[in-house]
Amino acid sequence: MSRRAIPADWPLVALAALLTAFGIAMIYSTGQTDVPTFVEGLWRTQVVWFVLGVTAAGVISRASVRFVEWAALPAFLGATLLLFLLLFIGVGAGTAAGTKSWLAIGGIRLGQPSELAKIAVVLMLARVLSGQRAAPTSLFGLVRPALIVFVPWLFIMAQPDLGTGMVFVGIFFAMLFWSGVSWPLLVMAASPAVSLILAFSTGLWGAWFLLLLALVAWKRPTWIEGAALIGANVAMGVVAPVLWERLSPFQQRRLLVFLDPSSDPRASGYHLIQSQVAIGSGGIIGKGFTQGTQKRLAFLPEQHTDFIFPVVGEEFGFLGVSVVLALFCVLLLRTVRIAGRASSPFASLVAFGLTAAWLTHIVINIGMTIGLMPITGIPLPFFSYGGSFMLSCWMAVGILVLVSAEGRGRADGLVI
Amino acid sequence: MSFQPNEVQRRARVASALVFLSFLFLAGSFFQTQVLRRTQYALKSEENRLREVPLPAPRGVIYDRNGQVIAENLPGYAISLLARNEDSLRVMMRRIGAVVTVTPEQVGAAVRRFRREPMRPTVLFGDAPFELVSVLEERRTEYPGLIIQSAPKRFYPDGPAVSALVGYTGEISEAELALAPYQHYKAGQQIGKDGIERQYETRLRGREGVRFVEVDARGRVVREQAREDLAPEGPPPLYTNIDLDLQRFVHELFGDTLIGGVVAMEPRSGEVLALHSAPTFDPNRFIGGIPRSYWQQLQDDPRRPLYNKAIKGTYPPGSVWKLATAIIAMEEGLVAIDDEMTTPCLGSYQFGNRPFRCWKPEGHGRTTLAQAIEVSCDVYFYQLALKLGVQRLVAGGIRLGTRERSGIDLPAESRPLFPTDPARAYYDRLFGPQGWTAAVSLNLAIGQGENSQTVVSMARFYTALATDGYAARPEVVRGQAERVKLFAVTPAQLRDLQLALTDVVGRGTAVRSRLEGIVVAGKTGTAQNAQDAVNDHAWFVGYAPAEDPQIVVAVMLEFGGSGGRAARFATRIIERYLKARVVAMPATEGD
Repeated sequence: MSRRAIPADWPLVALAALLTAFGIAMIYSTGQTDVPTFVEGLWRTQVVWFVLGVTAAGVISRASVRFVEWAALPAFLGATLLLFLLLFIGVGAGTAAGTKSWLAIGGIRLGQPSELAKIAVVLMLARVLSGQRAAPTSLFGLVRPALIVFVPWLFIMAQPDLGTGMVFVGIFFAMLFWSGVSWPLLVMAASPAVSLILAFSTGLWGAWFLLLLALVAWKRPTWIEGAALIGANVAMGVVAPVLWERLSPFQQRRLLVFLDPSSDPRASGYHLIQSQVAIGSGGIIGKGFTQGTQKRLAFLPEQHTDFIFPVVGEEFGFLGVSVVLALFCVLLLRTVRIAGRASSPFASLVAFGLTAAWLTHIVINIGMTIGLMPITGIPLPFFSYGGSFMLSCWMAVGILVLVSAEGRGRADGLVI
Repeated sequence: MSFQPNEVQRRARVASALVFLSFLFLAGSFFQTQVLRRTQYALKSEENRLREVPLPAPRGVIYDRNGQVIAENLPGYAISLLARNEDSLRVMMRRIGAVVTVTPEQVGAAVRRFRREPMRPTVLFGDAPFELVSVLEERRTEYPGLIIQSAPKRFYPDGPAVSALVGYTGEISEAELALAPYQHYKAGQQIGKDGIERQYETRLRGREGVRFVEVDARGRVVREQAREDLAPEGPPPLYTNIDLDLQRFVHELFGDTLIGGVVAMEPRSGEVLALHSAPTFDPNRFIGGIPRSYWQQLQDDPRRPLYNKAIKGTYPPGSVWKLATAIIAMEEGLVAIDDEMTTPCLGSYQFGNRPFRCWKPEGHGRTTLAQAIEVSCDVYFYQLALKLGVQRLVAGGIRLGTRERSGIDLPAESRPLFPTDPARAYYDRLFGPQGWTAAVSLNLAIGQGENSQTVVSMARFYTALATDGYAARPEVVRGQAERVKLFAVTPAQLRDLQLALTDVVGRGTAVRSRLEGIVVAGKTGTAQNAQDAVNDHAWFVGYAPAEDPQIVVAVMLEFGGSGGRAARFATRIIERYLKARVVAMPATEGD
């Protein structure tokens, strides 16, 4: 029997299309300012990207999971190479004018390879994890998957692009969890990063370190692992201040402003304050489509890209925000379900990895607009203006449709 | 990897729960911001986008007693800027400076205004000429945050003729902003700086309106009227007692060369009919910032145009003060109108080892008090002073108000100078216990020595002589006459003095100022002064008609020579005033 008999996952496609339509409407709205800007006509460009994305999704959904699995390695190698080259030929743009995130030929910006790299890393990680007979049970077992994420992550952090770097970390741990890695191991794997963050307070770091020692005593990893773990945590606790000095001033500022938004209200804190004012002044029902004054008068920064969600908040109020959050939530619950019912471990891991990428994007982006997360310059899936990102989001939809279809084929007892 | 269906389903449940909780947490945060704290953020959003642009109110129109305009408002323009910080203000001033002339003073003033009120639009040009407005209006888009608005501009149709009286307006200064009466004022606002404008600031000041301007994040004005304006309100007009025709006439009389002060008032009500100081200045040039060259010119002028010679300048009153000496002596019962002194006037009077000269070298011979007033005989008054003694002369002078301000409702009136009581202590302090003799009283008696009066205080003194011994407080605007009993002489004695004053003009020192058909009474004065040994100050204070006084005029011509000259000056004012009334009355009756 042909899997052609299995209809596409229309609820998934409908949710994604609804969110994209909402997003394009918001991009149209951000073009409606009192002093016209270049954003005015961008919604049309975004429609074009939407069409391209849907086409890509359609093409991918007609492939097979096996093909995707086969494509994982070349995609990963290609993406990593591109990220590496970007360090030399990358250019900045828009939100990230000071970084090297963009691939450009002859002065025309083609796109941000890091968006496609996310999918490539998910695919590659899924391939590696699914290829193992059992989930890694030791820290050494995590080295291989970690390397897959670490190499592109390093290139992305060198651009620098803190936001995308955080997404990679999210993808990594989510997929380890999905592959069955135990909680204590995940905690141990994450411990150096936690140490890094807690290093700023000796007391907190000390408490964390004692907790970690208890965990090591309980789980009893090999002595080399234990030593490496303790060593890494100590190094992070000590190295952190040095690394801090290495952060570019705007990254330092952004982190500091996250800790205290009023510390520098005219610079980074200004973004957060204006974002919160936009959201808060929207109230329950909002100021009306295209009527947001924070947006119209440009008090809201980066409205069509990173800070597009406050426009939803300002113009549609809490009701609009709830609708969008609900749509996102249903979409992700649906993709978790797809991952749970996938036909193969690889497909399942891919679906969950893509879910994790979206969730990280959504939580960090929306969280930062309201002060729950540091301002990292990360776009909101289906909403933020940007060609590569729209394309990668819809390619992910295509892969998910594929996984969903094959999964249902299995559940229905169909053999591919 | 372990991919048992049960385990996968367990992980899916955990993951779903995590996803759901993440969104619940986000939704909760938005609920807090958008529902619980929405008013607070709505307010912040309004603060963000709306700037309050003050709409200056027109000042009250000032009228004279006949409804003629002394001060009014013309349409004008003010140019201000909504600047985010001092740097952007300076940058904008530089950019405007590329198109029109902007002086460093204007930049400095704008920066000071901004520092004081950063949230208010900073006034760049308080009174912008139309050319500037049209130039900037054309390039409006190049100057985000620029606000061009109409601002009523003060105008004095008679300019220099009324400057001593009405004063002028100007931008409130840093020093004034610190003062209690101006605690509700803002930098850049216009206030009355002198004269009626300052005295009646609270009545002339209107209520500022507000225009809500919508600005974007860069401070660019995107909507001029984001809400309905709170319209400015002008106050009701201010009616003064001034007779503008007479005021103009006085101004013309001074011409370009004479220096001095004049006060003309109604003797019973104290209504000030005219008040002038010459040379004068044009208050219209002070509006919207006085040009530096004009200010320098006024400052450098040795005749001190900005110094009000009617209420601020103090001058030895000379012989016009002899009436005070006469009244004090009469009050003490030392002299009657027909009494003669022991020594006739032979041109000087020997006191101790020093001769005290009379103004007339040939002398006046024997005179009664009435004749002494008529011809202004100094020798007579020297002897009267010796009879009185310095203590009684000083105490009496103080009783007559020679140390008091007239109380005119104009700012910065000077207090006249006169010895304090007791006189002995005063002179001991001044010259040392052995440093003076009774000779000081000789000088005092003829209005010289330690006596320096304002023109307005002498006018007030003569309102008592013109009426019943009650002096009227000069009133420019006020309508409450306040009369104080000044003299303790009998009505008969007062009558005698009034007749003597009539003779001054009828056949005495002011005979050449006699008017056809109007009996004028008054007293000339020729006051020696420390500044100029040759040119004395010329005084005349008098009233008319003598039988029923309608007007009291005090004239002081600085370095003007003899009192006779001041008398001619004064009687022309009197003539003008009384004849205008005579002409005006049948006209109104005929209607």
